Amino acid sequence: MLGLTEEELTAVRLSLRVALWATAASLPFGVLVALLLARGRFWGKTLLNGVVHLPLILPPVVTGYVLLLLFGRKGPIGAFLAEQFDIVFAFRWTGAALACAVMGFPLMVRAMRLSIEAVDQRLEQAAGTLGAHPAWVFLTITLPLAVPGIIAGMILSFAKAMGEFGATITFVSNIPGETQTLPSAIYTFTQVPGGDAGALRLTLISVVVSMGALLVSELMARQAERRLAAT
Amino acid sequence: MLTVDLRHRLGAFTLDVRFQSEGRLTALFGRSGSGKTSIVNLVAGLTRPDEGVIAVDGATLVDTRNRIFVPKHRRRVGYVFQEGRLFPHLSVRRNLLYGRWFSSVREKRIAVDQVVELLGLGHLLARGPASLSGGEKQRVAIGRALLSDPRLLLMDEPLASLDELRKAEILPYIERLRDEMGIPVLYVSHAIAEVTRLATTVVLLSEGRVLAVGAPADVLSGSEMVPIVGAGEAGTLLEARVAALDATFGLSTLQTQAGKLIVPRVAAGIGSTMRVFIRASDVMLSQSRPDGISALNVLAGRIVDLAEESRTVVDATLDCGGQRLLARITRKSAIALKLAPDTPIFAIIKSVALEQGERR
Repeated sequence: MLGLTEEELTAVRLSLRVALWATAASLPFGVLVALLLARGRFWGKTLLNGVVHLPLILPPVVTGYVLLLLFGRKGPIGAFLAEQFDIVFAFRWTGAALACAVMGFPLMVRAMRLSIEAVDQRLEQAAGTLGAHPAWVFLTITLPLAVPGIIAGMILSFAKAMGEFGATITFVSNIPGETQTLPSAIYTFTQVPGGDAGALRLTLISVVVSMGALLVSELMARQAERRLAAT
Repeated sequence: MLTVDLRHRLGAFTLDVRFQSEGRLTALFGRSGSGKTSIVNLVAGLTRPDEGVIAVDGATLVDTRNRIFVPKHRRRVGYVFQEGRLFPHLSVRRNLLYGRWFSSVREKRIAVDQVVELLGLGHLLARGPASLSGGEKQRVAIGRALLSDPRLLLMDEPLASLDELRKAEILPYIERLRDEMGIPVLYVSHAIAEVTRLATTVVLLSEGRVLAVGAPADVLSGSEMVPIVGAGEAGTLLEARVAALDATFGLSTLQTQAGKLIVPRVAAGIGSTMRVFIRASDVMLSQSRPDGISALNVLAGRIVDLAEESRTVVDATLDCGGQRLLARITRKSAIALKLAPDTPIFAIIKSVALEQGERR
C-alpha cells in the first residue's frame, strides 16, 4: 500500500485512532457547550466562550504545556484520574487524543453553535405548548434540525485532530507506536537524513484524509438539507 | 370557564385585562397592537405576567400572588400559531402525533382518526410540511394542537396569512371543531367577518384594556366598536332565520327582529339561523318609505340617538322593532332631514352589503 513502511503505517493507524477518539469523546461536551452558548442566559457566558476559544488563539505549545501541568502524572487532575480511575494521559495515546480534542473543541463548538442558533425558536416554543419538556424539545426538535452543523463540527474536529502537532508533542512527546501521530512522524522524518520519501508519503496521506473528511462533511450536510427541504 | 385577570408591562405598552368566558369560542377582537396576542401568549405560558391570575375550568395556570406558574409544557393548552409552525423535519403524521408522546394514556379523549376526519387530513399524512399549501398547513397545525389533548385551544389569527379562498376553505373546519370537540377555544382576530361567523363570546380590546365582553350581537353592535374598527366598518350584528328562498331571482329572505331582509341566496336551508352584519356606512336614511329605488331592504324604525363623530359625519342609532341598528350619514343630511331622537325613519340597506356568517 503506497509502499509504506511498518513505522509509517503505525503512525497512520495511530493518528486515525486518536482522531476518532478525540472527536467521539468531545462530541457530547461539544453539543452541550454549543447549546449553552447558543441558548443559555447565565452569568459567565462570555467567560465560557473565551475559555472554549482559548486553544484557537494560544500557541499550541502553551496549550500542550498547560495540559501537561494539569493532566501530567503529578498534575492535579492527572494524579486524581490515575489514582481513582486508573486513567493515565501522560505519554500515552490517550493523552494525544485529549490534546487533539482540546485543540479541535473550539472548531467543533463554533459550527454546532451556529447551527443551533439557526434553529427557529418558535418551533421550540410550539413543541413546548404541545407538552414537550425542554429536554425533549432539544432532542426531538433542536438537535435534528441542527444535524448539518453538528456533522460539520465533528468533521472539523476530526480533521484538526489528524493534523494536530504542537500541543500533542508538548504534552505526550513523540514515542513511536504510542504517541507518534502522523504530523509527529512527518516531523521526525524531516529531522533525519534520507527521510524525505517517508515524509512525502505521509504528507500525501494527510492531504487525502483531510480532503476526504471535508468531502464527506459537505455531502452529509447537503443530504440533511435536502431532507429538510423535501419534507 | 376561562378566567383571565392580568396586568403586564411590555416596554411602553401596559396590559390590564380582566374577563371571564364560558363560551365555546371566545374571540379576542381588536386592532393590531391592542394586546390580543400578548394575552394568548400569557395564557399559553410563553410569557410570565407581572401580576394576575389565569384559570381554565378550575385549574389555575397562573396566580402570581400564590406564586403559581405552570410551565408551558404542563399547561395542556393547545396553541395554533398564525404561521403554523409545523416541524419541518417530521411528516404530517408525525407532526400530528407529536403532542401525543407527552399526554398520559388515560387523557386521550380525542382519537387520531376523529381529528384526521374532522380536518380532512387523510390524504396528507405521508407528506412533509414543505409540500403543503397554506390552508393545509394550518389544518395540520390545528390537528396537531387538538391531538395534544388540550383543555383549552388558543388560535392566534390562524387565517391571517391566507387568501380569501383558503380562509373560506378552513372556516367550516373551525366551526365543526367549535361545535363537536367540546374544547373551549380562545380565538384572536381583527377580522369582523371571522368573529361574526365563529364567536360565541366576544372580548373587545383596545390599547391593552377590555372595552366590552358579551354575546357577539351586543358587543359587535355596541358603540364601543366605532373607534376600534374605524369609520365605515362599525355596524350592527343581527341574528337571522332563513324564511324563504326565491329560486327565480336567486334570493333568500331572512327574518330578523328588525324586519325582513332579502339577500343573495345563502347556502343554509329554510329554518336555519345565521348572523348578518350590516355596516353603518351601508345604511341610508329616509323620512318617508322610499319608492322607486333599487334597494330591496327597507326597515321602519325611529331614531334613538345621534352622535356627531366629526364636522361631517353623524352616527345615528335606530330602533327597528326593538332591534338597534347603526347608520352613518353626513351631518349635512342629518340637518336637512331634521333628525332628532324619536323621529320616525326608514333605513335603506343595499342587499349586497350584508355579511353572512352561517351558523349551525
